[in-house]
Amino acid sequence: MSHFLTLLRRDLGLLLGGERRGATLLPVLFFLAVAMLYPFAVGPDAPVLARTGGGVLWIAALLAAILPLDRLVEPDMELGLFDQLALRGISEELAMTARMLAHWLSFAPALLLAAIPASALVGIDAATLQTVELGLLAGTPGLAALGVLVAALTAGLRGGAALGGLLVIPLAVPLLVFGAGSLSTGGEAGIALTAAFSLVLVAITPFAAGAAIRSGRG
Amino acid sequence: MQACRLTANNLACQRGERLLFRGLGLELRSGQALQVKGANGIGKSSLIRILAGLLRPLVGDVAREGSVGLLDERPALDPGLPLGQALAFWQRLDGPGDAELAQLGLSGLLEVPVRYLSTGQKKRAALARLLGQEAPIWLLDEPLNGLDTRGVALVEALVAQHCAQGGIALVASHQPIALPGGQAIDLADFTA
Repeated sequence: MSHFLTLLRRDLGLLLGGERRGATLLPVLFFLAVAMLYPFAVGPDAPVLARTGGGVLWIAALLAAILPLDRLVEPDMELGLFDQLALRGISEELAMTARMLAHWLSFAPALLLAAIPASALVGIDAATLQTVELGLLAGTPGLAALGVLVAALTAGLRGGAALGGLLVIPLAVPLLVFGAGSLSTGGEAGIALTAAFSLVLVAITPFAAGAAIRSGRG
Repeated sequence: MQACRLTANNLACQRGERLLFRGLGLELRSGQALQVKGANGIGKSSLIRILAGLLRPLVGDVAREGSVGLLDERPALDPGLPLGQALAFWQRLDGPGDAELAQLGLSGLLEVPVRYLSTGQKKRAALARLLGQEAPIWLLDEPLNGLDTRGVALVEALVAQHCAQGGIALVASHQPIALPGGQAIDLADFTA
């Protein structure tokens, strides 16, 4: 457990404050920028904005979660970090669990907060905002897991970062369908399904990402 | 230091289509050191990774008694962090060690971000990480790269000290290095 906390502390430090891997605020600013651009692109038609705004926030959240993808696994692979951890009997699975949690902590809480001003920018009402917030709360762990999984799978590949972003998008479709879908039905069923899909991703990611790192060893 | 042992039997290693070496066996006991010589690309690093358990040999088996400390070309220290913090991460995992930073010539560099360190300084920092780990089996892959003559003498002294305390050191290097016992094998004798 103390190993886990040490890893988590390091990962969080690098993802949040690390000067090299930088900018915690970047995904959040990106999220807000998309929300801000949207009314410019579709015009100030309030009913249209109100109907589609929630979905736009979801897409913005998905894209924001993809931003730090290339910093998640690849740099540590180049450092030989996972080799050194393995020699100390610390499994890749444990390292990936810590990484997943750190990734989620580094973007999701800030994103949930930023959704409040963003909701004003796209002009959705309080009830819709609540559904978006609950949906994001249920969906962002899945996005974080997906990010770590894909980052581990593409680490070491040439052009892995671009490929990773491309791979996350189709895999995130179920989250988006259920999460953003809950907006039109206004229901808890969509959020529950989002949470279920998140849970599946969170459960398999440490093992799949750990296996990817082991097989990437050469 | 507890008794340790490193044995390998009939190792063969294949990278891609190429068979690098075969029929390689070795046995090291507490206090012994061995240099693995050979030209670039002959498979020294692969051998080290096989012995560390990070790479599966094509055939053969490796047995280790005691934990392994690995020093290779990657220092595994976060480039963005000051050296002191980067080392502190490993110290939290390994427990308080007795790496003497002054002896390694690092005491004045603890506030410097790792990425600004020179090649030799990074190597010294990696040595500090290795010392802090207190692993009985040392696998050193080209430990002399980037070190000046004083650095070379330092590595030789550290290895001698480690072996005197009952540790094992296996050093892969194409450069001459003085090891206790002076044992050496040449990988060229095992090429396929």
